Amino acid sequence: MAEFLEYMHGMGTDLLGPVWPLAWTVIKIAVLLAPVMFCVTYLTLAERRIIGFMQIRIGPNRVGPFGLLQPIADAVKLFVKETLIPEKADKVVFLLAPIITLGAALTAWAVIPFSPELILADINVGLLYVLAISSLGVYGLLMSGWASNSRYAFLGSLRSAAQMVSYEVSMGFTLIPVIMLSGSLSLKDVVAAQSGMWFVIPLFPMFVIYFISVVAETNRAPFDLPEAEAELVSGFATEYSAMSYGMFFLGEYANMLLVSTLGVLMFLGGWLPPVSWLGFIPGIIWFLIKLGVLLFAFLWIRATFPRYRYDQLMRLGWKVFLPFSLFWIFLTGTIIHLVGAV
Amino acid sequence: MIPVADIVFYLLAAVLVIAALRVVTTRNPVHSALFLVLTFFTAAGLFVLLRAEFLAAILVMVYMGAVAVLFLFVVMMLDVDFAELRRGALSHLPVGLAVGGVILVELIIVALAQHSAGPVTEPAVAVPNTLAIGRVLYTTYLLPFEIASLVLLVAMIGAIVLTLRKRPDVRKQVISHQLARTRDQAVELKKVASGEGA
Repeated sequence: MAEFLEYMHGMGTDLLGPVWPLAWTVIKIAVLLAPVMFCVTYLTLAERRIIGFMQIRIGPNRVGPFGLLQPIADAVKLFVKETLIPEKADKVVFLLAPIITLGAALTAWAVIPFSPELILADINVGLLYVLAISSLGVYGLLMSGWASNSRYAFLGSLRSAAQMVSYEVSMGFTLIPVIMLSGSLSLKDVVAAQSGMWFVIPLFPMFVIYFISVVAETNRAPFDLPEAEAELVSGFATEYSAMSYGMFFLGEYANMLLVSTLGVLMFLGGWLPPVSWLGFIPGIIWFLIKLGVLLFAFLWIRATFPRYRYDQLMRLGWKVFLPFSLFWIFLTGTIIHLVGAV
Repeated sequence: MIPVADIVFYLLAAVLVIAALRVVTTRNPVHSALFLVLTFFTAAGLFVLLRAEFLAAILVMVYMGAVAVLFLFVVMMLDVDFAELRRGALSHLPVGLAVGGVILVELIIVALAQHSAGPVTEPAVAVPNTLAIGRVLYTTYLLPFEIASLVLLVAMIGAIVLTLRKRPDVRKQVISHQLARTRDQAVELKKVASGEGA
């Protein structure tokens, strides 16, 4: 594998000369994003099938065996439909909004390590990068709501912006004890620091808060207030159609995948096996298993709980999660100090 | 070899300058705020080029993730007639020019001082800049750091005090009361004779 990559790299340098590093990066990005997009599209199918199963329905099973071609049919449908733009919308901002949402959701993948070697950009502030990029997602929602020039969309976008900003805070705070224990902001080092014990064991409450926070952060049920269809039609996405809507949709699922991946890396030991004698199974398999468990939990929650009320949501974020994670940061620091440097 | 870093720098700098100009020249206040966001983002890009990844990430998280979002919130929701605001703007021109001029002169002085001190050296050791900033912040500059956080705390409390007011005429949910309710208080069972309930 490594030899083949070397060969490819050398051949490209001969062929294209100085432009090659750029092309090589583009190829690497494509190789990274193709599986991500594949997972995103099939996550939609998994969601419909699993929730169907939980609600004793069948779910989509007509297109291809077990409905496996359904996401492709959906994608084709979204591509060939007409993109409608409201007459009084701010066209540039209106079209920029879904691009920013999806762009932010995909850009964050650049620093995600899938195994010790499999990482596109190994920067030493990887975690901060992910948090910074994911905080850009809120602009897509704000811009879409304002540019649509529609009350439902505007209300939905304001709600979702407030929700995302609030839960970003509590999500960030749950990750601080992890950083304290691992002593590094590089995602690779964080995983390496868990070779003795996964951080989910000493930091179990933080893991729970992290998971609830990211469910709220990605606007998923039971915190899907931005698009509470009973009151706001479809929230910020009301005026969107065809692929401009499709990009919001893909962005939401890509975000779901991203925060689950981050949870696996920060709390569940990334590619490390649960016990060392299971180490013969490749790390990427463990990674995918853990990712699958977290994603299943996302769908499970959606099928189980009724929607939260908005004031309850804000209260939970600011008055329960925030003080508790602050206390836990303090506790972690004290213990590290007493036990000695980790 | 193409100087990639130079090309990226000039690209980012051009976007930065244009975006900053558009912040003050565009007519729509929401567009103005969005250009401000773009300005922050390109500035973060410049920090990355200087190998200050930590500062870049913090700039994006704090200024784009929080401050500019609040700007946008306010600008989107306020129904301000901006043509009205703009009318008297020219009379403030001298003050604006004076402040801008002072900042420009200061920047030039700083730049000259830097320049005469010799070119910026590459980071000498492999200490990640997050660690370096943390060390300096919590040792040499501990006192200013603590004072700054105290000021922020006071501002936060002040904002809460300003907005917190008890209005006795408004019915409000008290969560603890809600949770403390028992079944007996909430549900009353009535026997209604057939045909007489209404």
